Amino acid sequence: MAAVQDGPMELDAEKEAKPEILSDGTSNLSGNTASGTLSSSPLTAAPAGGAPKMEDQQTLIAVLQFLKRNKLSESVEILRREAGLGEHQEGSQATDGSGGGKGDGDGGDANSLLSRVSITSAAAPQSMPVKKDQPDVSVVLSAYSQQGDPPLYQVYYSGLKNFIESVLDCHRAELSQLFYPLFVHMYLELVYNNHETEAKAFFDKFSGDQECYYQDDLHILCGLTKKEHLKGNEVLLDFRTSRFVLHISRDSYQLLKRHLQERHNNQIWNIIQEHLYIDIFDGMPRSKSQIDSMSGSLAGEAKREVNKAKVFYGLLKEPEIEVPLDDEDDEAENEEGKPKKKKTKKDSLGSKSKKQDPNAPQQNRIPLPELKDSDKLDKIMYMKESTKRIRLGPENLPSICFYTFLNAFQGLTAVDFTDDSSLLAGGFADSTVRVWSVTPKKLRKVKSAGELNVIEKESDDVLERIMDEKTASESKILHGHSGPVYGVSFSPDRNYLLSSSEDGTVRLWSLQTFTCLVGYKGHNYPVWDTHFSPFGYYFVSGGHDRVARLWATDHYQPLRIFAGHLADVTCTRFHPNSNYVATGSTDRTVRLWDVLNANCVRILTGHKGPIHSLAFSPNGKFLASGSTDGRVLLWDIGHGLMIGELKGHTDTIYALKFSRDGEILASGSMDNTVRLWDSMKAFDEVETDDFTATTGHIHLPDNSQELLLGMYHSKSTPVTHLHFTRRNLLLAAGAYNSQ
Amino acid sequence: MEERRFAEVPRESIKLMAESSGVELSEEVAALLAEDVCYRLREATQNSSQFMRHAKRRKLSVEDLNRALRWSNTETICGYGAQDALPFRPLKEGELFFVEDREINLVELALATNIPKGCAETMVRVHVSYLDGKGNLEPQGTVPTAVQSLSEDLLKYYQQITRAILGEDPHLMKVALLDLQSNSKIAALLPYFVYVISGVKSVSHDLDQLNRLLHMVKSLVQNPYLYLGSYVRSLVSSVMYCILEPLAASINPLNDHWTLRDYAALLLSHIFWTHGDLVSGLYHQILLSLQKVLSDPVRPLCSHYGAVVGLHALGWKAVERVLYPHLPAYWANLQAVLDDYSVSNAQVKADGHKVYGAILVAVERLLKMKALSLTLAAEGSGAGLPGTTTGAVGFRENSPGLSPPPEPLSEPPLGIASHLQAGGAGCPWEEWTPVSLPAMYCELYSFFGDSLAVRFSTGPPLGGATPPGPCQPLEGRKEPASSAPNLENTRKMPQLTASMNISPRRDGSPRMEPQPPSLAATVPGRSLARSSSSSSSSSVSRSRSSSSRPGRSTSQSRDIFPKARFPLPQAGPPAFSFIIGGRQMGRRCQGRRFQTSFTPTPPLTTHPPRAYAHKLPVIGRVSKPVRRWTCSHYSLHLPL
Repeated sequence: MAAVQDGPMELDAEKEAKPEILSDGTSNLSGNTASGTLSSSPLTAAPAGGAPKMEDQQTLIAVLQFLKRNKLSESVEILRREAGLGEHQEGSQATDGSGGGKGDGDGGDANSLLSRVSITSAAAPQSMPVKKDQPDVSVVLSAYSQQGDPPLYQVYYSGLKNFIESVLDCHRAELSQLFYPLFVHMYLELVYNNHETEAKAFFDKFSGDQECYYQDDLHILCGLTKKEHLKGNEVLLDFRTSRFVLHISRDSYQLLKRHLQERHNNQIWNIIQEHLYIDIFDGMPRSKSQIDSMSGSLAGEAKREVNKAKVFYGLLKEPEIEVPLDDEDDEAENEEGKPKKKKTKKDSLGSKSKKQDPNAPQQNRIPLPELKDSDKLDKIMYMKESTKRIRLGPENLPSICFYTFLNAFQGLTAVDFTDDSSLLAGGFADSTVRVWSVTPKKLRKVKSAGELNVIEKESDDVLERIMDEKTASESKILHGHSGPVYGVSFSPDRNYLLSSSEDGTVRLWSLQTFTCLVGYKGHNYPVWDTHFSPFGYYFVSGGHDRVARLWATDHYQPLRIFAGHLADVTCTRFHPNSNYVATGSTDRTVRLWDVLNANCVRILTGHKGPIHSLAFSPNGKFLASGSTDGRVLLWDIGHGLMIGELKGHTDTIYALKFSRDGEILASGSMDNTVRLWDSMKAFDEVETDDFTATTGHIHLPDNSQELLLGMYHSKSTPVTHLHFTRRNLLLAAGAYNSQ
Repeated sequence: MEERRFAEVPRESIKLMAESSGVELSEEVAALLAEDVCYRLREATQNSSQFMRHAKRRKLSVEDLNRALRWSNTETICGYGAQDALPFRPLKEGELFFVEDREINLVELALATNIPKGCAETMVRVHVSYLDGKGNLEPQGTVPTAVQSLSEDLLKYYQQITRAILGEDPHLMKVALLDLQSNSKIAALLPYFVYVISGVKSVSHDLDQLNRLLHMVKSLVQNPYLYLGSYVRSLVSSVMYCILEPLAASINPLNDHWTLRDYAALLLSHIFWTHGDLVSGLYHQILLSLQKVLSDPVRPLCSHYGAVVGLHALGWKAVERVLYPHLPAYWANLQAVLDDYSVSNAQVKADGHKVYGAILVAVERLLKMKALSLTLAAEGSGAGLPGTTTGAVGFRENSPGLSPPPEPLSEPPLGIASHLQAGGAGCPWEEWTPVSLPAMYCELYSFFGDSLAVRFSTGPPLGGATPPGPCQPLEGRKEPASSAPNLENTRKMPQLTASMNISPRRDGSPRMEPQPPSLAATVPGRSLARSSSSSSSSSVSRSRSSSSRPGRSTSQSRDIFPKARFPLPQAGPPAFSFIIGGRQMGRRCQGRRFQTSFTPTPPLTTHPPRAYAHKLPVIGRVSKPVRRWTCSHYSLHLPL
């Protein structure tokens, strides 16, 4: 019961913690987006003052505890006096251990419970970016100071195990979820209290019972045998700082509670109270497969409240552009290609005839750059191309064009295509970025300033004249990074290229001059991925420091920081409407962030390995994610539900892409294959009745084989990137691997 | 107890290492250190694996570990960055293991002359593949070749070949065509060649070029290493263009576009019978387009001619199916042309005669084949047939019915004619109800009268087609034996070889009986007849004469034919190192009397007006099975 109560509290705490990170100082965006930008988000200012104070207090309490434990009573006195902390405050903290031990957490315990909660949650965001947070670590670890009888741990655990195995089938699957978090916490408790041999014995006895998808974590765990090791280990820090979330039906929970109370199994009950968050729901217990499909992440499943926020997943209204009426065939074919465009053609003078998508965010929710003339031209090109688009489907699979990087001995680490498929960029482990022209048009630099002065600026072909013909070549190399380039992304207008690197920077390159324009510093740790907004100007990056950052190209500081992942942010993608950002992480969750206020609006769990690829469907409703376990998961963003699982790949999926109309999902993997999936069918078969929508208990049909439409093999070329041209030809890229 | 799955550093090692740097460690400290070292190593390894994953590799590299160390503020390890695995070896004397680390003489390295060349530049290559509807990868070498970038050599080859074929030098052209039909490495160029060939439309004024392009088609089709795939369609449409279009070149009556159409028609049938299976519905499409042309009175006569020849080349079934039902309607138009004796109409009338001749030849064969098929059907697989012919017999048996199109390549190596015949037998006209032979004969007779070379005793009684049937095959069978000396072989495909001695006697040869021709023989015979008919305005009679072998034909026609024919062999150089497709005049194929016409090498120059007559052999040749072609070289001798 207590767990249920403290849910909202924790939420509050999180909310308070966030704005501190969010503040982005002065951000008057110049240029096209001169008007109000993201900086003035309503949430930033108000609570910012409160949070640090509270955190300070927590830290002080932690220090006091530390001092006390080490019998430094004089220092304790001094500190207490200086900080002006009342005895009672600390007292409540101190009673933690015994209070928890009393067993049932409903009554007078609420107070201590609250403080405990606030400690953990406050510590979480703070400990993320930096490592200097020793006091917090000890706070966190201090939760283990209480101890039962070490040899009895095995008895406790096997007692619970016997109980769970003896309950009815329907409850067993649900209660089995407890095994893993309890196991880890008990083990860590033993380690923390220096019961090395008991810990080893405990681990050896029960590690085999855990679900196979926790193997990676167990590996790390089994190496930990000393208290000292705990301090530096970030994974375990994650485990501590976040409460493991379980979804359990009310019946099962009652069953468990009754059992634990009958047996007076306080040790386990304490752990459940302190380190687990049990999200109780009414209704049928879930089946084993339902549970398995959602579990696997580092911190358990997502709390249901987290995914309740409304997400405006609809697409923004297309800007109205007058399409030149010269070509008739364009018009004729328009019905199937882009009906919307045709409409805009008619109401060329901007009447508001087109309905706003009800699920779309307001047009100016996120300020977007104004369209330049060249952008409009490009849009028109896009419309023309899209009329010639091939309608894909199960009967009509795309042809594939594979761009193989040869002689890439230095190691190809990232690839991107421009939207119009005219340029190809590769990031390499030798810190270089190379840009190729895929079309016969060569890459040319702009002339030097001196030469530019000579050019007559009024001439019609001035854009042509400014290019230096002497520099024409098929590819250009961009030097500047000092570490492997892990992510590259073209701007939609093809004027810029972003690259993120191990050196902790994101760089913006000009494709006119082929020089570096800006180095965005902020991550301080390897930046694993970066992605331009579909409208340009903004971009997102994510890295080893566990946060994703939102940047604007003309700001050297991030506009937003998306903090919350418990491990590295491995991949980042912008939603097609630019209002949201999806991030995939090593903590095996996908999160969706609101660009407006940096809130996490979706936490999607179910992957069993680090996530390395993400793709939004073109209509913005769905998200696909691929991980190291070779599975692709499909998500309904609106409901926050998993709606499909595509099994087939045998290795990490590094590339995902929907076809332009969203009928086909292509996935590319380390196993040298590109697979095509029938995404339409996958989306159609989803049961989105109210029940599943509210409970989130989705029953996934195992139909990967039916959804698999085709497969392309390469001989020895892992697929690094996939792209659909505007006409729906599939482009893939990867480096030939001679070994 | 489960075994821990990682290596541990023994405390002895720690002590050793400490000693080597001059520190004495107690047992306890060493144990603690050992454990901690193990843990830190594992941690570093785990951290480094994420660098590996992000570099999209499967192999953990030293560099990855160094990065992990650097990010955890530890000094990196230098000297292990080599690509190759470093040898790890034991020392015999003690229990010592070490990584071999040879000393490198830097001076030597610096002054070395064999400076390693920089590794090849990083580049991007494109490869295309596509799935068929069922999600299976299409076989390699089909479309992907289109996008393959051509190597320098291929490009050069392509230029040379096209230049040679389209150029002036006949010798060069011959070599080029030969190579084109035997080169096994030109798959990548196929789309380019197909593209060149599709250029027929732009050279419709130039018969010579058209001819060259057609020969190019033939060479490509013959090349056993090429998988034409869907390019067949493109090739066919180019060939059809030559058959059916009122080419610009045909405005000038001196231009012999008739021969071109004949050649193209045979080429068409060849493509179809050898590659028709690549494109579904091809046969039907061809027939439809031919029919469309035929039924369009606005089209010029030369187009109609093309349609008729095309149908003829596709086999007697096609004729029966399309031409025959259409004949009554068409006849009226043709008659009008032929009956107009005005001067202004002279040219048109001449064309009309051509068409007339072509139709005649086609229906004659139709009659023959039909009679034969009936006979055979009645007979069953005649026991008397030589074993080798059984295949053909089988087809014939089926022919009246709705047998599926036979797989042409799997056939025993029959002659050209047999191919066609097989094709004729296989026309898949399911819904069609055949007209009985007598009725057909009567109707045709009403059009052509005595011009019809095929006779069935008398018109009306002929109804019982059976009587002639049985005797014909028998006779036919005997005859080959008798004529063996002249002909290459009694069995199938004598017609392919040029038998040198074609004596006039053949014409006058005793077998005057109207034999149901062996199918093999018929086709070439017909083509010959057709082409010969084109040589003069009296095509009708000539064609009739060609078919006159059946003794019943009018003597007049017979006379003409020999005359037309004989000069050719004589004029031609007697030395036939190359084989010319036999013009089997023997429509009585039974007899397999095949006459080879000997083409003089520069025939055009010598007898320009008769040029096409010389080409007859070409037609015969075209339908030869691929295998034979590959080893023959005569094709290049065609007078163009």
